[in-house]
Amino acid sequence: MMINNFFILLRQELLISAIIFILLFIKLGKDRSNESILHVINLLLCLNFAAGFIPMLEGELFNSMFATSKLVVLEKNILNLTIWIISMQSYAWLKTHQHVIEFYILLLTSLLGMFFLISSGNLLMFYLGLEMSTIPLAAAANFDLTKRQSSEAAFKLIISSAFSSSLLLLGISFIYGSTSTLIFSEIPMHLIYSPLQIFAFILLVSGFAFKISAVPFHLWTADVYEGAPVAVTAFLSVVSKAAVLFTFTALLYKVFTPMASIWYAILILLSLATILIGNLFALRQDNLKRFLAFSSIAQLGFILIGISGSSQQGFSSLVYFIIIYVFSNLAAFGVISLVSAVTGKENMNDFKGFYKNNPILSWVLTIALFSLAGVPPTAGFFGKLFLLMAGAANGNYWIIAFAALNMVISFYYYLKVVKAIFMDENEAPMQTIAIPTYPKVAMLICVAGIILTSFVTFIYDYIQSLSISL
Amino acid sequence: MNLSLLILVPLLTAVAVLLGNGLKQIRAIAFIGSLVQLGLAANLLYVFLQSKGAGNTAPMLFEYNASWFAPLHINYHVGVDGISIAMILLTSLIVVAGILVSWSMEKLSKEYFFLLVLLSMGAYGFFISLDLFTLFFFLEIAVIPKFLLIGIWGSGNKTNSAMKLALMLMAGSALVFVGLMGIFYNTHTFDIMEIAKMQIPLQVQLFFFPFAFLGFGIFAALFPFHTWVPDGHASAPTAASMFLAGISMKLGGYGCLRVATYLMPEAAHSYSWIIILLATIAIIYGAFATMMQTDLKYINAYSSISHCGFVILGIGMLTKTSINGAVIQMVSHGLMTALFFAAIGMIYSRTHTRMVAQLGGLLKVMPFIATTFVIAGLCSLGLPGFSGFVAEMTVFMGSWQNADGMYRLATIISAASIVVTAVYILRATGKSIMGPIHQEHEVLLDATWNEKLAAILLITGIVIIGMAPFLITNLIGPSTDNLMLQIGKAITLK
Repeated sequence: MMINNFFILLRQELLISAIIFILLFIKLGKDRSNESILHVINLLLCLNFAAGFIPMLEGELFNSMFATSKLVVLEKNILNLTIWIISMQSYAWLKTHQHVIEFYILLLTSLLGMFFLISSGNLLMFYLGLEMSTIPLAAAANFDLTKRQSSEAAFKLIISSAFSSSLLLLGISFIYGSTSTLIFSEIPMHLIYSPLQIFAFILLVSGFAFKISAVPFHLWTADVYEGAPVAVTAFLSVVSKAAVLFTFTALLYKVFTPMASIWYAILILLSLATILIGNLFALRQDNLKRFLAFSSIAQLGFILIGISGSSQQGFSSLVYFIIIYVFSNLAAFGVISLVSAVTGKENMNDFKGFYKNNPILSWVLTIALFSLAGVPPTAGFFGKLFLLMAGAANGNYWIIAFAALNMVISFYYYLKVVKAIFMDENEAPMQTIAIPTYPKVAMLICVAGIILTSFVTFIYDYIQSLSISL
Repeated sequence: MNLSLLILVPLLTAVAVLLGNGLKQIRAIAFIGSLVQLGLAANLLYVFLQSKGAGNTAPMLFEYNASWFAPLHINYHVGVDGISIAMILLTSLIVVAGILVSWSMEKLSKEYFFLLVLLSMGAYGFFISLDLFTLFFFLEIAVIPKFLLIGIWGSGNKTNSAMKLALMLMAGSALVFVGLMGIFYNTHTFDIMEIAKMQIPLQVQLFFFPFAFLGFGIFAALFPFHTWVPDGHASAPTAASMFLAGISMKLGGYGCLRVATYLMPEAAHSYSWIIILLATIAIIYGAFATMMQTDLKYINAYSSISHCGFVILGIGMLTKTSINGAVIQMVSHGLMTALFFAAIGMIYSRTHTRMVAQLGGLLKVMPFIATTFVIAGLCSLGLPGFSGFVAEMTVFMGSWQNADGMYRLATIISAASIVVTAVYILRATGKSIMGPIHQEHEVLLDATWNEKLAAILLITGIVIIGMAPFLITNLIGPSTDNLMLQIGKAITLK
């Protein structure tokens, strides 16, 4: 019985591990062409995503160090979908890369770490998962082997992660020192508002803020995003952010419940700064990857406002927004990744007159940007407004007004890209870029997700039924 | 009648446009789609009047309510009263006319017609929504097509105008959103009819009314947030100008009335002096600013600010007649300004200039277009027999009923602006239509069948309202009574 439970409860983690092993065996065998390897991998990732939907037992393992629930399974499925889409999008780039299998092993190991992170029921498991998810990413960030910027990005990533991990670790040890437990369900009973605990909590939040690049802990983001290969950037800005946010929110809602008034104030401060700074910096960017980096910082500010709603609605708006954010951000990265793989161009000026030769890519990018900006009928509109609605539940209307007006600023820079694509004249617009099948499928999924998510009403109902509240 | 058809038909038309090939096919699809929609709107009017004639006194007819996001109390709730039917008829007329005047849009025709149809879908959805969130959704749908239409197909400083328009309208919707949040968290519903039955506390109203009213006011070119209007209109392609002035600005007026004033009447009453002050400034400022313009499109755009001021004035005065007048003015201004822009577009496509100084004697070579232009002008200056007279008279009469001394002063000042209107309209018309003709213009041809059809449709609307105003007052009267029940109660409470 115990063994059975082990396999069933760990099914998603075991599947990822199995894929990693399959890849290792492929690597051991004779040399195969990149394309055939990529076929196999994309198929495996697709099966992995589909398998996640099979309903099975939920429960706890290892003395409640590891826990799954319907919500956790859903969150992992979102990540599975994301990595599958990213994999298909990077087809054009990986086709000619000499270390495809290593790249996937790094990415999947990181994903595995995130799964443990999301499922953690104990601060040790939590820390383990977090480290396991971060370190392989630093190696993956270095995968544009010929670019110096890429190794610079990797270096910055590893240094800043190490710094944030040390903050987290210090916070965790203080928590342990003052509560004498690491188990999530026992910590709240020992939280007594002592200065040490508050200090520990602030350390923890700072560590988290680093990982999700909230202002003022955002400085590493833009450089790393710009230097890393687009696939890794997409992974960093979507997958790792989503995983950390899921865990962060669960921690706030379930573990640090007694400190709600403190983290509420912290969240509001962080979110206001994050939205404003993210927006102001995004205004001035010319490189599209940097631009998306800052715009994703601003998006994060909205997420924090939603979380501050500290209700079931707050959590469901977070999960809902993440789903939509996955589609929108990956659609944008998909186009940029393809263009960058074929032409090496990543600047806004290069996209002037882009519509002339690449109407399909232009529309995909435009729809993605509109969704990020929160324009109906794209799903981004609903995602963003639900976050604000959740935040408004506390009666903080000035913050909502501030955020809503900041949406107008963000609107300006998203429209600037749309303007470059459709309206600006260019004597030598970019040539026609052929879209290989895999990226095409990925874009189709993303666009369908952007357009349909809000009209398939049971998605939100389902998330709401699973969500936790304070 | 199933109101969702009003959203479904444009949606299907838009999809069909995407699947179509070549200008001829695409414009045919768009035209047929808009005709079907016009038919639907006419049918809606017919069944509505029949149902009212049979003694149905429900405030909203043909309601349909389905849950959309149940946990958030967001419903897809639609229904119509006389006011929304008037707006729907206006929209469908302008859409047909707009598609007709874009008959030979060669540049990216598929995208162009797709965006036009999408824009109209937003407007229809907005006018039939009875759920605040759905209403807001449709309000924002209508913004982006405008940005693209102006930025891609426009003329002059088009990208800047497009950006300015999009950002200002987005700022408007951000304010509206804050207002909606305030209403929602104090009533726990988005349903307009439900909220109307509740009493929102005065303090809450006083806080959120400015958000909602200013937000919608930006759409309706409320002074001092009117600055997107002149540039946006002037840079837009003809059909987009027509949609913008004829439909889009009406979203704002309708929102001010249906959402801000209807749901928060006490606050509307408390703030009415500010509303009226701003409206009066807009009327006077718009009129005098128009005097200085030399470009036909700018003339019409600035005069739109002045004319939309009447809408706001009528709403701000809070009497039954003045609100009736505001609604009639919305319809009348929509038709008139669309006709004006259509005529200007026709002139521009032939002469390649919109400068009054470079035009002249057009009546000789293009009598139809020139006549259209003159009719639009006469309607604009409020000549009896056209809709403009009916609308403005109703607004002034209604405003006069508000017996407050300062408000009467505002009414007098506003009414005096008609003199200024007459000056600029007659001057522009005289210089461009009459007088000696420029040599190079002597070979130009008159309107084609599609342009004639578009103009005739709009002129018919203007003349019907002008000659038989009881038709529209009968349509909207009972609905205004319903609104007044709520508003009047709030005023007497004070």
